Amino acid sequence: MLTCSQKPPTTQSSGVTAPHLRPATRTTQSRKKLSTRFAGGLLLLALLALALMLSVAFGAREVGWPEIIAALSGQVDTIGDAAVASRLPRTLLAVLAGAALGVSGGVMQGLTRNPLADPGLLGVNAGAALAIVIGIAWFGIDETTAYIWTAILGAGLAAVAVYAIASLARGGATPLRLALAGAATTAALSSLATAVILPRGDIGGLVQSWLVGGVGGATYEQITPVLPFLAAGFVITLLAARKLNLLALGDDTAAGLGEKVAVARAMSAVGAVLLCGPITAICGPIGFVGLVVPHACRLLVGGDYRWLLPFSALAGAVLLTLSDVFGRLVAHPSELDVGIVTAFIGAPVFIWIVRNRKVGSL
Amino acid sequence: MNRLTLQPAARFSQMRRVQARQRVRMLAILGAILLAGVMLTLTLGQSFTPLTTVLRILGGAEVPGAGFTVRELRLPRAVISILTGACFGLGGIAFQTMLRNPLASPDIIGISTGASTGAVFAIVVFSMSGPAVSVVAIVAGLGVALLIYMLSWRQGVTGGRLILIGIGLAAMLQSVTAYLLMRAPSWTLQEALRWITGSVNGAQLDQALPLLIALLLFGGLLLSRSRDLETLRMGDDIAAGLGVRLATTRITIVISAVALVAFATAVSGPIAFVAFLSGPIASRLMAHRGSLLIPSALVGALLVLLGDYAGQFLLPARYPVGIVTGVLGAPYLVYLILRDNKSRGTL
Repeated sequence: MLTCSQKPPTTQSSGVTAPHLRPATRTTQSRKKLSTRFAGGLLLLALLALALMLSVAFGAREVGWPEIIAALSGQVDTIGDAAVASRLPRTLLAVLAGAALGVSGGVMQGLTRNPLADPGLLGVNAGAALAIVIGIAWFGIDETTAYIWTAILGAGLAAVAVYAIASLARGGATPLRLALAGAATTAALSSLATAVILPRGDIGGLVQSWLVGGVGGATYEQITPVLPFLAAGFVITLLAARKLNLLALGDDTAAGLGEKVAVARAMSAVGAVLLCGPITAICGPIGFVGLVVPHACRLLVGGDYRWLLPFSALAGAVLLTLSDVFGRLVAHPSELDVGIVTAFIGAPVFIWIVRNRKVGSL
Repeated sequence: MNRLTLQPAARFSQMRRVQARQRVRMLAILGAILLAGVMLTLTLGQSFTPLTTVLRILGGAEVPGAGFTVRELRLPRAVISILTGACFGLGGIAFQTMLRNPLASPDIIGISTGASTGAVFAIVVFSMSGPAVSVVAIVAGLGVALLIYMLSWRQGVTGGRLILIGIGLAAMLQSVTAYLLMRAPSWTLQEALRWITGSVNGAQLDQALPLLIALLLFGGLLLSRSRDLETLRMGDDIAAGLGVRLATTRITIVISAVALVAFATAVSGPIAFVAFLSGPIASRLMAHRGSLLIPSALVGALLVLLGDYAGQFLLPARYPVGIVTGVLGAPYLVYLILRDNKSRGTL
């Protein structure tokens, strides 16, 4: 009975896809694909606009149109104006963080050829947290730019270590190995970070800030130092997109096609870490965005990274902004940190991916 | 002729006797180390109390100065450490044996995290305390175990899928725990760390009784299934062929193991990697001489007792035991990942 009910969709779907496989319709197919991409892009842009509006309009305090317009034009005369004005940097940060994490996750999935790769899963959060803690406790760093550099260093080292551990085993970095290596590294690094903090009562509050990631309380002063890093990250990853396409064919094929595999990998890795490191430094750990977004975009635009990465940026921004709005509405008048919301969206997607793909056993 | 046919059997039974003797010797050694550890933690802390004084205090004598330290600080800590460690050790080895994978321990596949989230939820949201917290923790742990199993079911359950889904769920549950802790009316770092990485700080003797009952009850249940558990090691089909009733055995094992882990978690938090490490260490020590249940319980108790002692006195600052075991466990996990593919599944 069960198999019977499963059969018809299979035949039906093969009936649908069959015409596309005929060579004569290839141009129509690619034109159609282009139009899907175009429509998808428009849809995402519309969604982003909607998300921005919602993010400015909704929050702990209910405001009307006059206050929103006043705040957008720079007035902060009433409490309502001020409330809206405080939502602007937060919205900006949500957009930036979502775009950066989405692209970073896409690049990491391409780089590791692994469907489960994600900044959080690769130990980036714990690495950045440990680096910042050590920087503060031992080297006395206290300004945002220094935090960002330290976070990038920690994030990069952790990601490289996790990937190295997973790929040193015979048979390469399977999703399971990568997830386990990430879990082990995260456990060790967060234990170490706590060990550094515990003797120092003065910085104990730091633990709180990386337990759950969020964009609440963001200020423009916090965001400005991140911008150059993100800009560099976006440029580098977009330049690396073609290389990622070749890497997806396998190292040997990519090398055979004239690609310098090591350079391609290094370049994409640097780009990905430049994107997720600074975001982790100011927002804390926001998991699963980098995992979910590229997978969703693959359904929309296929596996070409030149399309996938820009779409991931857009979709990531939409996802994170909407998650933030949702977090504000669902726990009204308090709020749910966006890291919790994304974990609840992301974990089911993670499980769905695990169920639907053949994961190499350890 | 008779002698020739009997000889292998005789040799076999002699071998078994030797193995049994070695097993008893190893258990005795473990027990002795544990006893020595207890004596160490009772006598030597911030100040030194001679063993004779400790014994007199435990006998009920009032010794000014040392009496409070030993009876109220050191003894509860040692007792709780041993009990939680034994619970984690038993729960860990039960899962590892049943699923035939050292990675499938409750702390990696998210069951301890689930129990911890349940406990924090009960404390923060419902303002519960005492045994009620344990009940919520057990329900949460069982719920997570069931969820992992159902989600990883796809024409059978493979170890890899189960572990990955467990990791995914654990990530989600951890963020819930962290959120609840941050929203709690009284946030203290030490209390928060208990529920994130595990700690026996502030242990009290009245927590010991429920823990002891759970250990005896569910540990006893596991021990009564110890032969079936050993048979399961050979694979489900062989075990079924040898007369193990798979469904009942599995359900008994899962419920007992989850209950043990959840009871311990409700008291000490999910002490990192104790369940994961105890079984494999016990397995190396015993070298396939019989059931690993009691050895793992002893190793677990030792890990928590000594880990807590190291965290308190051997390191530059005072650390909760979970930080120590967290740093210890990670390299072993890395080793398991790097190890050759061929030997997978064996502990």
